[in-house]
Amino acid sequence: MTERIPIVQIGKCLVVTLQGDLHDQLALTLQDDLSALVVKHSARCVLLDISALYMVDSFIARMLSDISGILKILDAQTIVVGMQPAVAITLVELGLTLSGIKTALNAELGMAMLRKMEALEGVAGDDDPE
Amino acid sequence: MTMTQSKSLALVSEQDIVRIRQTVRKLTQELGFSLVDQTKMVTAASELARNTVVYGGGGEVLLDVLTESPKTGLRLQFVDHGPGIPDIGLAMTDGWTSGNGLGLGLTGAKRLSNEFSIESEPGHGTRVTITRWK
Repeated sequence: MTERIPIVQIGKCLVVTLQGDLHDQLALTLQDDLSALVVKHSARCVLLDISALYMVDSFIARMLSDISGILKILDAQTIVVGMQPAVAITLVELGLTLSGIKTALNAELGMAMLRKMEALEGVAGDDDPE
Repeated sequence: MTMTQSKSLALVSEQDIVRIRQTVRKLTQELGFSLVDQTKMVTAASELARNTVVYGGGGEVLLDVLTESPKTGLRLQFVDHGPGIPDIGLAMTDGWTSGNGLGLGLTGAKRLSNEFSIESEPGHGTRVTITRWK
């Protein structure tokens, strides 16, 4: 059986907590599962909690970036929350700035940010607020 | 310089990449590396291990704990017998990749370690060595 990362639905949001050791195939499976679930539940936002990851290498960084890009096309906002300071320092030194990925310090602030984006969209109708 | 501890691990599958991360993490913790230094070494190991598995067709990693009083360090050598790298200069360019990665593995690992060296012979394989001192 394929190992899978659990995805929780809260309202129009999907919440994923990444834990322990994320091997490459698991990361790719997550990308497929999230895309399918966003479409299935018409989800508008995805919150990826990475506070339990002790390292993010270029493969995982690319997966985060790809997920964010794919979900954006599917009209859902992705926010990555809880990155450890040591992981952020290492990523930048590695040469990755994760541009294009929205981040927040923790899950609570991340949810608040997603709600704000949702509210802005409500006022502006279907147009992108940017 | 003396070598106080030495071991080797096979690098063949994706699971081995995870295993080397865990091993390097444990070793750097035991050596008393700061959290940032632990993270840098684990990340560099992950990048190079993936190179060995994906581009080198598998190989092994040698882990040595070094003592050069009063410093202690961890040296990792990633060895494969794959196709080798014809142009190391090109391979050491940020963003250059022969596969479908981000092209940050080698240059990133170099930035994350204190000492870095690479030897490669086309047709015979590649050895990448990194060391980080506490």
